[in-house]
Amino acid sequence: MSNEAKPILRAVKLVKRYPNVLALDNVSCEIFPREVVCIVGPSGSGKSTFIRCLNLMDEPTGGEVWFKDQQINAKGTDINRVRQHIGMVFQHFNLFPHLTVRRNITLAPTLLGLKSLDEANAEAEQLLDRIGLREKAESYPGQLSGGQKQRIAIVRALAMNPEVLLFDEPTSALDPEMVGEVLQVMKGLAKAGMTMAVVTHEMGFAREVASRVLFMDHGRLVEENPPQEFFGQPQSPRLKEFLSKVL
Amino acid sequence: MHEALEWWRNAWLVFEAKFSQNFLEANRWRLLANGFVTTVEITIGAVLVGLAIGFLVAVIRTTHDKTGRLKFLNFLAKVFLTVIRGTPTMVQLLIIYFVIFASINVDKLLVAVIAFGINSGAYTAEIIRAGLMAVDKGQYEAGASLGLNYYQTMTRIIVPQAFKTILPALGNELIVLLKETSISGYIAMHDLTKGGDIIRSQTYDAFMPLLAVAAIYLICVCGLSWCVTRMERRLKRNE
Ligand SMILES: Nc1ncnc2c1ncn2[C@@H]1O[C@H](COP(=O)(O)OP(=O)(O)OP(=O)(O)O)[C@@H](O)[C@H]1O
Ligand SMILES: [Mg+2]
Repeated sequence: MSNEAKPILRAVKLVKRYPNVLALDNVSCEIFPREVVCIVGPSGSGKSTFIRCLNLMDEPTGGEVWFKDQQINAKGTDINRVRQHIGMVFQHFNLFPHLTVRRNITLAPTLLGLKSLDEANAEAEQLLDRIGLREKAESYPGQLSGGQKQRIAIVRALAMNPEVLLFDEPTSALDPEMVGEVLQVMKGLAKAGMTMAVVTHEMGFAREVASRVLFMDHGRLVEENPPQEFFGQPQSPRLKEFLSKVL
Repeated sequence: MHEALEWWRNAWLVFEAKFSQNFLEANRWRLLANGFVTTVEITIGAVLVGLAIGFLVAVIRTTHDKTGRLKFLNFLAKVFLTVIRGTPTMVQLLIIYFVIFASINVDKLLVAVIAFGINSGAYTAEIIRAGLMAVDKGQYEAGASLGLNYYQTMTRIIVPQAFKTILPALGNELIVLLKETSISGYIAMHDLTKGGDIIRSQTYDAFMPLLAVAAIYLICVCGLSWCVTRMERRLKRNE
């Protein structure tokens, strides 16, 4: 189904070189509309670097990143404009602690002139309803639990009506009992057809929700398959070893 | 017992006489009062100049550190900081008065405000920069990931959070500055310290006028410290 459409995000031979490590080594990947791509791999394998290169939070040292028909790591690209269409959810939430939940959600859409304050407020309430946190609208992030914070962070990204959402280990900083509520929201998004790229250690989530799972190791994209094959018949020895450890 | 009483009585009489000689005769208290006004004028003027310079330099430095832009301006800012923080305030004041403004007839108050303002600007810059850098890197990233540009991220997300650390530190800088201005007598300004010194030269009594000067500084500093502490507490509470 996905291959008929054009990819929303495309990485071509991405390289990210740090003084002492090659964090990304020739990684190519396409993410199509309505796909959920999960990225797994051992610590330090380059998962964060990869996903952060997709919206140029990290600048790749080689290769190309395309958002639809635009190469976004080319000179002269207005990256801020592109990022309006690519949402990101961070491991540590990064909510704005000096603003209320409502203002966290409405700040960017109103500041960028995409919505009036009234429209933005109305949409914020709708979104908060969707995650069952309507009553927290006037709270400050410091008054919320980790799971609530992360759900708000997801909603903050959604308020920009992005075409794709990037997640970097969205549940890794959470207490175990709060992981479920965040994954629930993400499953809801997947069902609604949101295009997502998710770095995660939650193999259950990947198995259930992903359209494709990528395995990274030492900066390389080693294996890439739909979840049944990925978990059922892993090919490379490195993936077999990894799965035997995490499953 | 009687002797002790007599001693105290004499001491009081001497004090009264000296007090009246130093402060009441010839309206000498006015030297302190006018001097105090001048000290306050220099301090407030210098704080404003310092804030302007400090903010500009801090933004240049932070922008460079965060984005890699503004290389040349950052270099100038670093030279400025090194020179100002690496030389005595007194020497800076003298250079600005006797070298830079030597041939121009300009109000001495303005010279003092500029000299102390530039000096304070260097310290203010580092205070503001430290405050900006103390805000979590994730906050910049969150702003950027939503498509906000650097300016929007700074003004809406970073600066409001940095205030919490910056404001109390600026209060302390104000206290330092108030005391530093006591050298403005060297460019013939009649500030508070100079006022006390003039009285001393007229009455040949050092004790009274200089103690009075010290007391006035101390009261101001204690008042300002109290304000800073209160402000710190309020900012903490709003977390
Ligand atoms: N800013 C940096 N400077 C230098 N090296 C870095 C930097 N960021 C990441 N690296 C290195 O790049 C490699 C890949 O890091 P990355 O954070 O992408 O791994 P990861 O797969 O996300 O790991 P984890 O599961 O621990 O989050 C690591 O070896 C890391 O040490
Ligand atoms: Mg990571």
